[in-house]
Amino acid sequence: MAQATRKKLVETEVDTALDARTAAQSHFRTLRLGTPFQPRIDALGLKQDWYSWAGYRAPHSLWDEELEYFAIRSQAALFDISPMTKYRIEGPDAEAYLDRVTLRDVTKLKPGRVHYTAWCDDEGFVLDDGTLFRLSPTRFRLCSQERHLPWLLDSAVGYEVSVEEETEAVAGLALQGPTSFAILRDAGFAGVERLKVFDLAEFAHDGATVTISRTGFTGDLGYELFVPADKALSLWDRLMAAGELRGIRAIGYTALNRARLEAGLIVANADFTTSEHAIRTDRLRMPDEIGLGFMIDPAKGHFNGRRAILEARAKKKLRHVLVGLEIEGNIPAEHAIVYYRKSQEVGLVSAAMWSPMAKRNIALASLKRPYGDTIVDDLWVEIYAMRELQYQKLMKKAKVVQRPFIKLDRRTANPPSDF
Amino acid sequence: MKAWDAIVIGGGHNGLVNACYLQRAGLDVLVLEKNEWVGGAATSRELTPGFLYSNCSYVCSLFRPEIMRDLELPRFGLQVISYEGGAVFTRDGDYLANYRDHDAHRREFARFSKRDAEGYDRYSRDVTRQCRFIQPLLMRTAPDPTSFRPRDIGELLYLGKKFAGLSAEEMALTLRFWTMSISDFLDEYFETDVIKANFALSGIIGTALGPMSPGTAYVLLHHYMGEVDGSVGAWGYARGGMGAVTKALAASFKASGGTIRTGAEVDHVLIRNGKAKGVVLADGEEIYGKLVISNADVKRTFLKLVEEKELPDIFLRRVRNFKIRGSSGKVNIALDSLPEFPALPKDSPVYRADMHFTDSIERMERAYDDWKAGRWSADPFLDMMIPTTLDPTMAPPGKHFMSCFVQYAPPKINGRDWTDADRDGFAESVISQIAQYSPGFRDRIVHMEVRTPREIEAEVGLTEGNIFQGELTFDQLLFNRPVPGYAQYRSPVGGLYMCGSSTHPGGGVMGAPGRNAAAEILRDLAKPTLHMSPAHDVI
Repeated sequence: MAQATRKKLVETEVDTALDARTAAQSHFRTLRLGTPFQPRIDALGLKQDWYSWAGYRAPHSLWDEELEYFAIRSQAALFDISPMTKYRIEGPDAEAYLDRVTLRDVTKLKPGRVHYTAWCDDEGFVLDDGTLFRLSPTRFRLCSQERHLPWLLDSAVGYEVSVEEETEAVAGLALQGPTSFAILRDAGFAGVERLKVFDLAEFAHDGATVTISRTGFTGDLGYELFVPADKALSLWDRLMAAGELRGIRAIGYTALNRARLEAGLIVANADFTTSEHAIRTDRLRMPDEIGLGFMIDPAKGHFNGRRAILEARAKKKLRHVLVGLEIEGNIPAEHAIVYYRKSQEVGLVSAAMWSPMAKRNIALASLKRPYGDTIVDDLWVEIYAMRELQYQKLMKKAKVVQRPFIKLDRRTANPPSDF
Repeated sequence: MKAWDAIVIGGGHNGLVNACYLQRAGLDVLVLEKNEWVGGAATSRELTPGFLYSNCSYVCSLFRPEIMRDLELPRFGLQVISYEGGAVFTRDGDYLANYRDHDAHRREFARFSKRDAEGYDRYSRDVTRQCRFIQPLLMRTAPDPTSFRPRDIGELLYLGKKFAGLSAEEMALTLRFWTMSISDFLDEYFETDVIKANFALSGIIGTALGPMSPGTAYVLLHHYMGEVDGSVGAWGYARGGMGAVTKALAASFKASGGTIRTGAEVDHVLIRNGKAKGVVLADGEEIYGKLVISNADVKRTFLKLVEEKELPDIFLRRVRNFKIRGSSGKVNIALDSLPEFPALPKDSPVYRADMHFTDSIERMERAYDDWKAGRWSADPFLDMMIPTTLDPTMAPPGKHFMSCFVQYAPPKINGRDWTDADRDGFAESVISQIAQYSPGFRDRIVHMEVRTPREIEAEVGLTEGNIFQGELTFDQLLFNRPVPGYAQYRSPVGGLYMCGSSTHPGGGVMGAPGRNAAAEILRDLAKPTLHMSPAHDVI
């Protein structure tokens, strides 16, 4: 009898393992996964305008990309950031390890704080940029566009630290816009008013914990929320209910992309090519070449790429520079070639738009030094504007300007205001 | 007696490519083929009623699109269809698939190792970089480094400039790539056995080396630098089987006025005063030509078709030592229904892809051990596919043609020739491996063709049945292929040229040797090559 029961148990175990395997194999039937928020987003995706974000079905736009943008700037916009790659980095050596891997000084990043950083390969070329959340003295979350597990694991040799990819396990939301604080407060996240820019704190939600940070990709007042995947829908519903009277709207990437450009923020593999994806080696970029030189702290100890970066600085081997441009007129100069004296090709625009907030025609461009660095006059962009099957060619003057293109006081105001 | 402008010995794909270009340049060209059909190792044959067999080469990727365009092959029926990624079945009843979708591919690898899944991009970047370095060399004659002709110096400079254009890291990688074993190379990117086995197979196909032998990393590259309509690295089926390639070439050749004689086996090349004057057929018929171009491999050409006394000693010695080692065989099967693989979901795209059963590098290496010992592998490595899942022209609806490329099969069994009993034993090793993963497989078999190196050499004429007409190791590439000093399609005999895969850039149904040889011949004749597209840009 006992033997029969044991045999049955073993069989059940085998069946369970087999079922798990079959379930894992079945991913080929769903080439674009849904995120934990997908049921809500599907219901709001009136345009069915999807793209693939790291293999997830993400909306370009849900109902109207213009109005979605204005939701960010006037009310509050909810944007699903779950597909962002997330690593959980934990252990007694986590701080020292991350200090070695990333550019910025992690010893200055206090628990409960977030910083924007980047990391390089040994040649000093940027592997990616991203945000580093210090959840506790020994626990971090690193968020990025691309995936880096082999790099992160190889770099961990000799450190007492564990690196685990947790993209699927953790759902993420960005709540951005002037009423975002009021919505969180109304949703019952007591104490959220104490969060200053780049602060984070944990709050109770639905029997679990949600990590809320005052961060974002819009240059506006805003927050990002991370929650276990199985609590994603209840968090969404909680925010939507609290935000109903404060104009909360879900948005897609097109609107967010406009806001980030106004904020002067760059996107990996849109404004620069990450080093593990650059097939053409002249596309590789050092931090100084994409405007991330400020992250480098030569005074801190060794970090990946340090020798190469400092040598390039010393020997003036930096070949490119990423700049903000203000272009005359109102026609967006997306992917336009940048010229010096209207004739010599010196660079390329990677992102461009008419900024509703700045009322200017703005762009990000990569230029070959010394253009954009020491020579900033007499720069032009050649815009090919397709209008009813004809290119209207425009040669427009471009001025190198400081980023961000817009600066909103409400982003940093303390305490944050209701709108 | 008529003297042709050019006689091409052998109607394989390179012979036909060569003949097409020469005919289109205004020459009067005759192709002689010993079999009753053209195609060489790129054939589709109806070996049992209703079933077309790609019974030698079985997939297409390396065939240069410039050639397809120049010779108007689509007009003559050539279509290449991309297929799905592929899979390795594992012994524990699972499988590892390669999906065409980047993220599905990553998720599949993550079932075995999250690290390897995320390591794929770096691997793919490095392999792509190397392919981009080599690709432009395919459609150029390799320079002769000992020559001081301006052209050779120019080509050497081109090569040097390309190499100098690499970053220090890339140069190191290039040298490693050309000399490393595929096993060592993959160790730098991946940790999981089955994932390494999945990639290693491209490093050993057609090669009498194991995955741990130095030089196999390059073989992998050779399999990655093709394309299907711009999709670099992709592989496809020629619609109608691989014979569709040579059928289109033959039709193109005839349409431009060329002449093909089948059943015309060349016994030897007619040489007078060190110059080729034509050929003598097996039945004694003499055919005269101003030029003779051999599509046969370098050993067959110079050890069988040309008398020794016509050749310099050192050349002969090098030809004898050129490595053309038989390493593979083929089992071609007609099936009355689609086989089932319990490990594989019924709706899996893997049915339309290449399938493998060797789930570790070690098993591959053990299979190679059998080759070294002079026997076929007891646990062979199979590259198996069912092209009829995509190609409706090769079998009646619901019925299927299955192609199994099998490795390793030595040219001799324990030093003696293959016997029929050996051949049956070889076939059984293949069928029993498939049947382990596909119960009831034997019952579906309608007809089967088994080809050991013996059959491939006898029928196709490839020495030892080597599919590349000579191994693709670095000592036999570029200006060393096939023999130093003779890498530019010419030979020690005036008017006798080579155009087969023994020459640069090697085998794999690429067509480039045939085309490059035509360019050299036309150069010697001071004829324009305006009808030849230059190699496509790699930007």
